[in-house]
Amino acid sequence: MNIVLRLAWRNLWRHSRRTWLTIGAMVFSNTLLVFMISLQFGMYGLMINNTLQVFSGHMQIQAPGYKDDQKMRQVVHDVQPLAARLRSELGSDTIAARGWAFGLASSAERSYGIGIYGVEPAHEPQVSNIPGLIEQGRYLEGNDAAEIVIGATLARNLRIGVGDELTLLGSGPDGSFAAAVVDVVGIFDSGVKEIDRNIAEMPLGTFQDVFYMDGAGHQVVLLAPELDQAALLQSRVEGLLAGDDGLVVEGWDALQPGLKQAIQADISSAFFMYGILVILVAFSVLNTQLMSVLERTHEFGIVMALGLKPGRLGRLVMLETAMMGLIGMFLGALAGALFTTWFTVNGFSYPGMEEMVANFNLPGRVYPRVTLLTMFAGPLVVFVFTLAAAAYPALRLQRLHPVAAMRTN
Amino acid sequence: MHMFFVLSRLAWRYLWRNHRRTIVMLSAIAVGTWAMIFMTALTRGMVDQMIADGISVIPGHVQIHNPDYLDDPSVNNRIAYTDTELTARFGNAGFSSWASRVRVPAVVTSERESRGVTLLGIDPEAERSFSFVDYAAVDGRFLEGPDDKGVVIGAKLADTLETRVGKRIVIMSQDPDNEIADRGFRVVGLFHAEMEATEESYAFIGKHTAQDMLRIGDTVSEVVFVGDDYRDVEPVFDKVAAQVDDSVLVSRWTEVDTYLGTMMGMMDGFMLIWVIVIFLALSFGLVNTLVMAVFERIREIGLMLALGMKPAMILGQIIIESMMLLAVGLLIGDLLAWATIKPLEGGIDISVVAKGMEMFGASSMLYPNLDIGDVILANVVVLVLGFLASLSPAWRASRYEPVEAITKV
Repeated sequence: MNIVLRLAWRNLWRHSRRTWLTIGAMVFSNTLLVFMISLQFGMYGLMINNTLQVFSGHMQIQAPGYKDDQKMRQVVHDVQPLAARLRSELGSDTIAARGWAFGLASSAERSYGIGIYGVEPAHEPQVSNIPGLIEQGRYLEGNDAAEIVIGATLARNLRIGVGDELTLLGSGPDGSFAAAVVDVVGIFDSGVKEIDRNIAEMPLGTFQDVFYMDGAGHQVVLLAPELDQAALLQSRVEGLLAGDDGLVVEGWDALQPGLKQAIQADISSAFFMYGILVILVAFSVLNTQLMSVLERTHEFGIVMALGLKPGRLGRLVMLETAMMGLIGMFLGALAGALFTTWFTVNGFSYPGMEEMVANFNLPGRVYPRVTLLTMFAGPLVVFVFTLAAAAYPALRLQRLHPVAAMRTN
Repeated sequence: MHMFFVLSRLAWRYLWRNHRRTIVMLSAIAVGTWAMIFMTALTRGMVDQMIADGISVIPGHVQIHNPDYLDDPSVNNRIAYTDTELTARFGNAGFSSWASRVRVPAVVTSERESRGVTLLGIDPEAERSFSFVDYAAVDGRFLEGPDDKGVVIGAKLADTLETRVGKRIVIMSQDPDNEIADRGFRVVGLFHAEMEATEESYAFIGKHTAQDMLRIGDTVSEVVFVGDDYRDVEPVFDKVAAQVDDSVLVSRWTEVDTYLGTMMGMMDGFMLIWVIVIFLALSFGLVNTLVMAVFERIREIGLMLALGMKPAMILGQIIIESMMLLAVGLLIGDLLAWATIKPLEGGIDISVVAKGMEMFGASSMLYPNLDIGDVILANVVVLVLGFLASLSPAWRASRYEPVEAITKV
């Protein structure tokens, strides 16, 4: 073993209690960091997936301006042939066409204003999780059937069930009066209040008939295999649509601006907290290393008088710190991973969490996952700050005068 | 008592013997304290603002509904008392602000578009003091009385409907027999609100006009009461509950909006956890400092013990030393927090993430709230836990065997 390494290692354990306390500060902060970062990014992933899988998808093709105004007449012409073309050209079946209208839904007893999606029954299940959430009855089947599926709360409020008739009133893109009677064939329960209370889906063909859409719709929804491939897919789709200036491709962050910003807001407040933890650890290290340098002033004086360069002493101090930091990093990452894994198995929840996170389509209990990134991101930053904190005591040594140093005791 | 002063002076001098260590530790405590208070002030400010905005939209600290209304806000679920009876019950019962209103879901249609809204039939004078709409800031004019024939909608909704002040829109809802109740209204005013969602969701008409249109005679959907303090609604709740029987449901705002209610409850819990986490990160450094402080003067401690100083005195002196360190650190941290929060009290503009904050239910201005209770809590927690953390090193110091300690090199 290299003599310098050995020296540093021995110096570290001269005051084992002090060293362990300093490492303890690192382990404590690292454990928290690993847990919070795992939890946080796990929740963001869930938030994005849960929100996008309901309706938005990873991107949508729309008429310019539709995203902000959602007006009936901002249509995508020949929407079903367009979706079919994209499906074959991209070789993907997670693409579906939709129309959207606002209307008054009346049962025998009640009337409520709702949002009505016209969907392709054959393709919608590939881009949205609503078809899979049918609780009673079945999902839509024919493209031109006079049928509808509605949310569970809406069904309860309208006091209707599967098999009952529902009257729809609304207006087409030109403002003309639209009306239809359809059969309720299924009821879905997504668990999200707003959706279960306000949304219905009917076949796109019927939708186009009822609302005088003339073959048009409002959006083509696309889902990439994974979120991180969405950008690539988006540029391919934009390439395919080039030349058609009546259409734009909107990415998920444009479709759901709130989602990305909520995550940004949450990240910045979380990073403030992490930053404080890291700074406190750095102070702890600074204190320890300053002490260990000051108490060795006499001995440093002697070795310098014997010809050792102050630079080597500085490196020695940095080496000691690095050793301490490495122990803290690995123990902390390990403790954090174990701590987090306990919640991976048992789930993490706190009283009131269900109400808190429902706005973000999250369940009341989440299962954080440890990855190499979440395990080491925090501890690595702590390690870097640990080294930075030791720089001051190490640099002080450069100004040390051997004779003066030997006089202190 | 005299002894206490002697020990205090001793402790104070010991503290400054190694001034570098003390300064590093003081900085750590000050930064920690600053972070505790700063973060709490920001969070409390945000939650307060959310609740204040949220309550003004709900509105009212206490509400009365038909027991079925909250789940099924239909025109059929009206309050069993007539409006005249309600006035008789509450008019002279000493409520400073209260109002009865018709509140039903409805569809608003312009010649261009249709949207769903919550239709509110109100008496504008009764709600002036607590309405989220600033009557004076309305484009056009606000309603002039319960018999006003006009409608006031949000500016954003007017955009979507492509309508403006002076134009006509049709409002559709249902009457108690599920006949379509519709009527044309002239838009007399456009209101502005903090959040776009609010501007899109509400339409105000006169209470009597609404009752006439919906054919519900002299009945209403809800009665709202505003007390002095939203944190303590029990007095209002009790007073209201005493005036009515079981045919209606009296609820606190925390029950009507569980998200906001939970937020308020969680705020204090969050605060405590944050303070404790920071303290724990600090505690390693604190204990370390004390251990070192004891270690470097073992001989002196031995000498004092040999001269007849009681172990309890040594214990007391170390603890006083620790408390002094904490107190000075806390003081600096408190001042630092005060100095950084004061200039920000005019509000911090976070509109870059406005859409995201809307998901949280918060607005795009953040007003930090330096609550004296929070400051006291942070300081007390640090002092109490700091006392506990110093017990072990102080105890060890007082247990030294005098002879051993003196001869220790």
